[in-house]
Amino acid sequence: MADSSSSGGAMPIRRWLDRWLPKLALVPSGVALLVFVYGFIGWTIWLSLTTSSLLPNNTFAGLRQYEVLFKLDIWWVSVINLAIFGVLYVALCLAIGLFLAILLDQKIRAEGWLRTIYLYPLALSLVVTGVVWKWLLNPSLGLEQFVHALGWTGFSFDWLINPDMAIYAVVIAAVWQASGFVTALFLAGLRGIDSSIIKAAQIDGASLPRVYLSIIIPSLRPVFFSAIILLVSLAIKSFDLVIALTGGGPGYSTWVPAIFMYDFGFNRGQIGLGAAAATLMMAAVALAMLPMLIAELKGRRDGHKN
Amino acid sequence: MATRTEDGVARGGPLARVLVYGLLFLAAAYFLLPLYVMLTTSFKTLGQISGGNLFALPAPFSLTGWQEAWSSACTGSDCTGLQHYFWNSVAFTVPAVLLSTAFGALNGYVLTKWRFKGSEIVFGLLLVGTFVPFQMFLLPMARVLGMIGLDNSVAGLTLVHTVYGVAFTTLFCRNYYVAIPDELVKAARIDGASFISTFRYVILPISIPILMVCVIWQFTQIWNDFLFGVVFTSGDAHPITVALNNLVNTSSTGVKRYNVDMAGAIITALPTLVVYIVAGRYFMRGLTAGAVKG
Repeated sequence: MADSSSSGGAMPIRRWLDRWLPKLALVPSGVALLVFVYGFIGWTIWLSLTTSSLLPNNTFAGLRQYEVLFKLDIWWVSVINLAIFGVLYVALCLAIGLFLAILLDQKIRAEGWLRTIYLYPLALSLVVTGVVWKWLLNPSLGLEQFVHALGWTGFSFDWLINPDMAIYAVVIAAVWQASGFVTALFLAGLRGIDSSIIKAAQIDGASLPRVYLSIIIPSLRPVFFSAIILLVSLAIKSFDLVIALTGGGPGYSTWVPAIFMYDFGFNRGQIGLGAAAATLMMAAVALAMLPMLIAELKGRRDGHKN
Repeated sequence: MATRTEDGVARGGPLARVLVYGLLFLAAAYFLLPLYVMLTTSFKTLGQISGGNLFALPAPFSLTGWQEAWSSACTGSDCTGLQHYFWNSVAFTVPAVLLSTAFGALNGYVLTKWRFKGSEIVFGLLLVGTFVPFQMFLLPMARVLGMIGLDNSVAGLTLVHTVYGVAFTTLFCRNYYVAIPDELVKAARIDGASFISTFRYVILPISIPILMVCVIWQFTQIWNDFLFGVVFTSGDAHPITVALNNLVNTSSTGVKRYNVDMAGAIITALPTLVVYIVAGRYFMRGLTAGAVKG
């Protein structure tokens, strides 16, 4: 290069710096990644294979913690709650999100305003969402009392204090928080669709619902893909909202694995069980991602063939 | 594009149009309702709350709820309101946002413009790391923070949020820098610019949008965090989200003060809400970038 002409003596040092500085710049983050992410994953898995209880120890116990875990009713309550919550949360968010996005895509005048309104709950802390919905769903002073005041005195809405229904109250608040976000994702997807295909179908006489069902919605597959991945991993991690809204109660009726992990790992001095629960949560996230990832990769390859 | 939707709706006539608008405004009411109730309740007196209806406007208009939430409400054992915890949250959120954004920009720059053998592996490891539930990190992190004397401190929370935020900021910046032509960097290098001066004079000036996305995304995530706060701190060092939960959910004797609860919720939500209103479009970009993940 320009070696010979300008500042010849400085060049080797500079070249050496240019060679090593980029790698050096990555060192802090790289070390953090290895220690705080991968090291900790290994550490937590290891803890789940030891007899650790109040204090962590290194006495290997095989899968004993998992055996204990699988015999605990409260673990299964948490898992079943997560299943109910997860399925309803993902399904409702997708349904509301898709529906609102299609409506918003009809050349709406106030679209910008509406989008801003739909999305703001996502800026809120889940604790705030929990606190507000706890007030709205308050059995004596919230929506129930309002309906009573309207004259329907037989109306009863006691989900928050009803152990069989409390998990559905969590679904209501969680869907309120996230459905605007899913709307925004679908809207972005709709805007990316090539309108000439749709035009052609309409000229061929396809009705509007038919155009949506057989052309528009199928081509939103990548949006479904990323929305589902995101919602499933949000559902598995859900913790703050349940704590703020129901505190896991009444009783244990709204426990989820994240609460189980926290309570056993930090409050009850059962570190091994907490670690086992965390490991299973990670496995669940991985399981949820894998089939979709494979389907997506396969879909992409097939797409290229066409 | 315009024709598609117009054709479609035209078939249903003006009635369909009214229906579409009606449904959209109904949805807007559904999203706004909790905010409305939160605001009005916070300005009501306890008397009006227990006697009146949920959707009525505050009459008389009272600031007691706000005063108590800020300076005298009980959050567990002490009764000094949320103000102390608000400043706690500020104290770890600001440095953690700045640090994680700075590292993210630097990492993104190296991973796209100074690729080396193995840099793709680093990025892959980082990407996978963003999907791991934080529960996997809690037990070891609690030990490590204890060992280095940062447990139960604002400094400890700064460290935790910076470490786990860098994965996301790196992702955002990397995806942004990938789209910047390599020629730009090559030209600067031929002109004699070093690794650092290329970053300073070529990359940074065109990075403002993505840095905004990082800052806003990180600010929202860190300010709103509850899990790290509740696990790694106790009492005095709590962030505001934990203090709010304690304010609302620790059973205190006497009447439940819903106006105080709602004022506290608004105080907690205000910083991120303001950011959302002021910089909403960057917020959306961060979300979609976070959703697509590479």
